[in-house]
Amino acid sequence: MNTLVYDGTFEGLLTAVFEIYERKLYPVKLLKGEWRSGALFEEIIPIVTDEARAGRVLKGLRKKLSAAGVQRLYISHMAEIAGEDCNVLGFIRHVFDSDQNIEEDYGNKYVMRLSEILKMVRREKHRMEAFVRFQKLNDGTFYAAIEPDFNVLPLLIKHFKSRYTDQKWMIYDTKRNYGLYYDLHDTQFIEMNFDELSKPVNVIAAYSEDEGVYQNLWKNYFNSINIASRKNTRLHVRHIPRRYWRHLTEKI
Amino acid sequence: MNVDRITEKLNILADAAKYDVSCASSGSNRKNKDKGLGNASNGICHSYTEDGRCVSLLKILLTNHCIFDCAYCVSRKNNDIKRAAFTVQEVVDLTINFYRRNYIEGLFLSSGIFKNADYTMERLVHVAKKLRTEHNFNGYIHLKSIPGASAELMQEAGLYADRLSVNLEMPTEAGLKLLAPDKNRQDMIDPMHFLNQEIIRNTEEKKLFKNAPMFAPAGQSTQVIVGATPESDQQVLQSANYFYKNFNLKRVYYSGYVPVLADKRLPALNTAVPLVRENRLYQADWLMRFYGFHVNEIVNNQNPLLDLDIDPKLSWAIRNMQAFPIDINKADLQLILRVPGIGLLSAQKILAARKFAGLGWEQLKKIGVAINRARYFITCKSNEFERRDLTGQNIKQFIMAQSQSKYIKNTQTQLNLF
Repeated sequence: MNTLVYDGTFEGLLTAVFEIYERKLYPVKLLKGEWRSGALFEEIIPIVTDEARAGRVLKGLRKKLSAAGVQRLYISHMAEIAGEDCNVLGFIRHVFDSDQNIEEDYGNKYVMRLSEILKMVRREKHRMEAFVRFQKLNDGTFYAAIEPDFNVLPLLIKHFKSRYTDQKWMIYDTKRNYGLYYDLHDTQFIEMNFDELSKPVNVIAAYSEDEGVYQNLWKNYFNSINIASRKNTRLHVRHIPRRYWRHLTEKI
Repeated sequence: MNVDRITEKLNILADAAKYDVSCASSGSNRKNKDKGLGNASNGICHSYTEDGRCVSLLKILLTNHCIFDCAYCVSRKNNDIKRAAFTVQEVVDLTINFYRRNYIEGLFLSSGIFKNADYTMERLVHVAKKLRTEHNFNGYIHLKSIPGASAELMQEAGLYADRLSVNLEMPTEAGLKLLAPDKNRQDMIDPMHFLNQEIIRNTEEKKLFKNAPMFAPAGQSTQVIVGATPESDQQVLQSANYFYKNFNLKRVYYSGYVPVLADKRLPALNTAVPLVRENRLYQADWLMRFYGFHVNEIVNNQNPLLDLDIDPKLSWAIRNMQAFPIDINKADLQLILRVPGIGLLSAQKILAARKFAGLGWEQLKKIGVAINRARYFITCKSNEFERRDLTGQNIKQFIMAQSQSKYIKNTQTQLNLF
């Protein structure tokens, strides 16, 4: 068993695939992160990301998969779900080892797993489209903090950009410390330093005057539409798991 | 703005609107235009109430003043409750500000009838028009069509709204006569008929002229209350089927009656909401719309009521054991869809996957098939399959013995009516 360590990027993953075929390194274990000389008796091969090699693998994938299939593979990797690298790798190997397009071969465990990962990622993306709660700031920007389970912020661009075109907005992933900002023309990724901003005085001063009013109206609305005689907490929590509550205006 | 007054109005008018179940915000294809606000292209549930229902739209009444006296309705004329009315501008401001904060997909506006049908409908249309034309709002708008409103107003409503709906309220005309003596079923069917014609006409027009204006792109829906009158499930589903077939409705909603008033014509105030029955009706509705079942296969003269213990598909299967077992690796989609425990998505996955290799139990399980139910009705690439000659009743008992109903903790007997 060879252990490969790569930098976590998609190009890095594809480079690893190249190395595996080139040097016939199977079976392998694929890990993300810095190369450490931790395990004494394990053979560790660091992978140096190489765009040319990655490009060749990508070209091969494009030949064997549909455009949507390549996109799905990319999304499954980008979501950064811990411990899934080997399944993504297994999928890619299955692609290259078959003569036909295997995207829908759900009897295969890697294809099935990728479809499960994709389902998880899409659900999280959809939840974010639903659970983002903008707060209006003094300068007219609408700001929302999120902490999604997976790295889905890049997948949110299309939805929010085509919906909120006439207001500046920012969605910030506080777990991964980067955000998405729309300036009325285009979106860009940004990183912020919250140390100074998050002092209580600054936080209160940052909100627009009517922000509190609308938050209260929304909470009131949320309570008014509940039908007490149909209470079903289990269903409620299944739809909005507790970990999302702290960013939901109506549940705080 | 007077915050306290608005808050009070919102509480009253949201509370009065909550018995309308429809909250769909999908089915439209309105794009954001000229850098305006919003779009209505995908259904999103932004929150869920503690009773587990989706909150997608700002669902309010324009007013709960009403000239009608329908027994099942909280806003009935003779009910002693607080009354309130929004101004057009107040509704517009709430919608826009909630929408900008990503609380909602849009507006669901209904109203009590004040003065007369046209006067009320005009106000509803006015709100939608203002949102669309003055604020370039492209979010979802669902308007109630007020029974008896004129064709001109309905026509205008269709130009601004994504969806329109008329509530039939009771599954049968007799039920309506009993509980809503002021309402007339024909008044409800007329606008539905008119809108259906207009939608068809608009679709034709769109084919010829790409720029023809949109007309209620998300179609029409309706709602019936179940459990307030003694209709059987057969009557409820057949009436739903009639409206799906003849009026191209997108959805029929079934609302389990929540006792809100003491009235000798209605179930007593302490009767439980018929949640299980409501759930079974929706399952049956899905079978009719997506699974290729005919209404008579689900309910008929021998079986006028849906089985509350098991879902309607399983119920159909155990009555029709001669159709099974089917071979999952060979059967047509239509047949696979009829197997209990296999849903639409699983069926599609099975069809795609079996082109590569025959599927066994493990793989079916991974694909998402509920094996504990499906195993009695299928064979697959495996030597293991149900060899005993079981009757439908046996199977029902086996399945019920292994599964925990999610309703077990609030088991209830069907409500007593009289």
